[in-house]
Amino acid sequence: MNKVMSNKLVIALYVLPALLLVGVLIFIPLILSGYYGLMEWDGIGAMKFIGLENYSNAIRDLKFWDSAWHSLLLAIFSTLSLVIYLAISMILASKIKGSDLLRKIYLIPMLLSSVAIAQLWIKVFNPTNGMLNSILMSLGVDSPPAWLAEPKFVLFAIFVPILWQYAGFYILIYYAALKNIPGSLIEAARIDGASAFQIAYKIKLPLIMGVVKVTIVLAIVGSLKYFDLIYVMTGGGPNGASEVMASYMYKLAFASNDFGYGSAIGFLLLVITLIVTVIIRKLTATKEEIQY
Amino acid sequence: MGRLGYAFLYLCLGIIALFQVFPIVWLFLFSLKDNSEIFSGSPFALPTEFRWENYQKVWEGGIGVYFFNSVWITGLAIILTVLLASMATFAITRMNWKLNKFVLGLFMVGLMIPIHSALIPLFNMFLNVNLIDNPLSIVITYTAYNLPITMMILLGFYYTLPREIEEAAIIDGCSINRLFFRIILPMTAPVISTTVIINMIYNWNEFVFVNTFISSDEYKTLTVGIQNFIGQYMTDWGAIGATLIISIIPILLAFIFFSNKVVEGISSSAVKG
Repeated sequence: MNKVMSNKLVIALYVLPALLLVGVLIFIPLILSGYYGLMEWDGIGAMKFIGLENYSNAIRDLKFWDSAWHSLLLAIFSTLSLVIYLAISMILASKIKGSDLLRKIYLIPMLLSSVAIAQLWIKVFNPTNGMLNSILMSLGVDSPPAWLAEPKFVLFAIFVPILWQYAGFYILIYYAALKNIPGSLIEAARIDGASAFQIAYKIKLPLIMGVVKVTIVLAIVGSLKYFDLIYVMTGGGPNGASEVMASYMYKLAFASNDFGYGSAIGFLLLVITLIVTVIIRKLTATKEEIQY
Repeated sequence: MGRLGYAFLYLCLGIIALFQVFPIVWLFLFSLKDNSEIFSGSPFALPTEFRWENYQKVWEGGIGVYFFNSVWITGLAIILTVLLASMATFAITRMNWKLNKFVLGLFMVGLMIPIHSALIPLFNMFLNVNLIDNPLSIVITYTAYNLPITMMILLGFYYTLPREIEEAAIIDGCSINRLFFRIILPMTAPVISTTVIINMIYNWNEFVFVNTFISSDEYKTLTVGIQNFIGQYMTDWGAIGATLIISIIPILLAFIFFSNKVVEGISSSAVKG
């Protein structure tokens, strides 16, 4: 038995195909990204080593900091929206009939591609014939704005489909966590005279704090990686008002052929993502997990 | 809480459900209208005449090709991913070797990385081996990037399989390949179906790899294809609506028939941002 189950050749045959794919297509490119960042390179010709110049340029590049700021804003919006999702989940997890069906309905936008979502919401936001402005005009608003063409509105407009897309996902996670709380605990609190709000805030929330922390990491790290939706909806425009880190990197490499600088930005995106993940984990770490 | 309170809660939940579904219903409605009807009528009105020819027009205008590409690329990548992930998970969880925890750790690190950081080097790698504008590059990229999440979903199930099954099989003289393919793999069917659904959603909806690695129309998948297509039909809303509906129908059908599996898969994919 043990001999058969420790056959080195079999182990290698079973693990290596997957390990090679992940190594060659995920890990090596990540390392290469940092390396290409040290080069001046148009993607076709020879690479020229220029040391840390791309990285020092990035630090002084206002467009890069703008894009990082927009990513951060989206991360803040996403984190705040968790409060809404949590409130909805609390309602759903109380004695609501049809909560199963409702959760599934809420999940539908999560199944669509970002491209389809982006195209659909371009139409919703269409200045003259879109759903939003049609409704606004029928309510008597004279000239509603062209949402995606206004630098001051565009990030908020983009955030609406993001809110729409992820609602079902977070509600699903919170709902599962809330259903795991033993009913006897809630019952005991009720008998002691706690109000519904007190039960939610003082009992349910602390008990699912572990899950809440995970979703905070997901929301923030996910926001730093946003690309598809913004690339399709606005291409980072108007005039860079909705540019995020990933779309700025993409533009540098595949539109301006500045592959060296693009790689440097890509590598910074990786470093920032990892640092932020570690920081949030540290900040939200508790000394002891709550037992019940 | 009183009956009025409950009525209020149901009202709130109902409004949210409407907000989640209505944009898609609106999309479906205008996919069956022509421009004059869309621009003059109410956005909530049913089409006066159902213009299914919008669908026929875009299907024959090129969407059919993209659809077919999405189907085979998604399918092939699913088979590869689930097979390779099952083999690796089997060797890591069931066989005895020293580095298994370390190798598992390597796979799990793959869950955290932002794909855009790897994009330029990947593009250059495929350029060097002549795989740019070749659908093979897409299939192997999808496989590699979905292996970590697929293994993560499989892991829990593999850890709970009873040792006795393996012992009995091997005492009976069963080879390890036979044990894996004939006994273990069929036993994991329930969790495999979850991973298939999750892989299907990811692959079907993926955009940036195809947009970067594929330039010929004949190899594009739906997500990238509809991008170009909509560029052509900029002003024909009915055609755009029909295109988008065609692109989301397969996933919606999968959801209608396997909603519990989808829910399960999406919850267990929570670690992937």
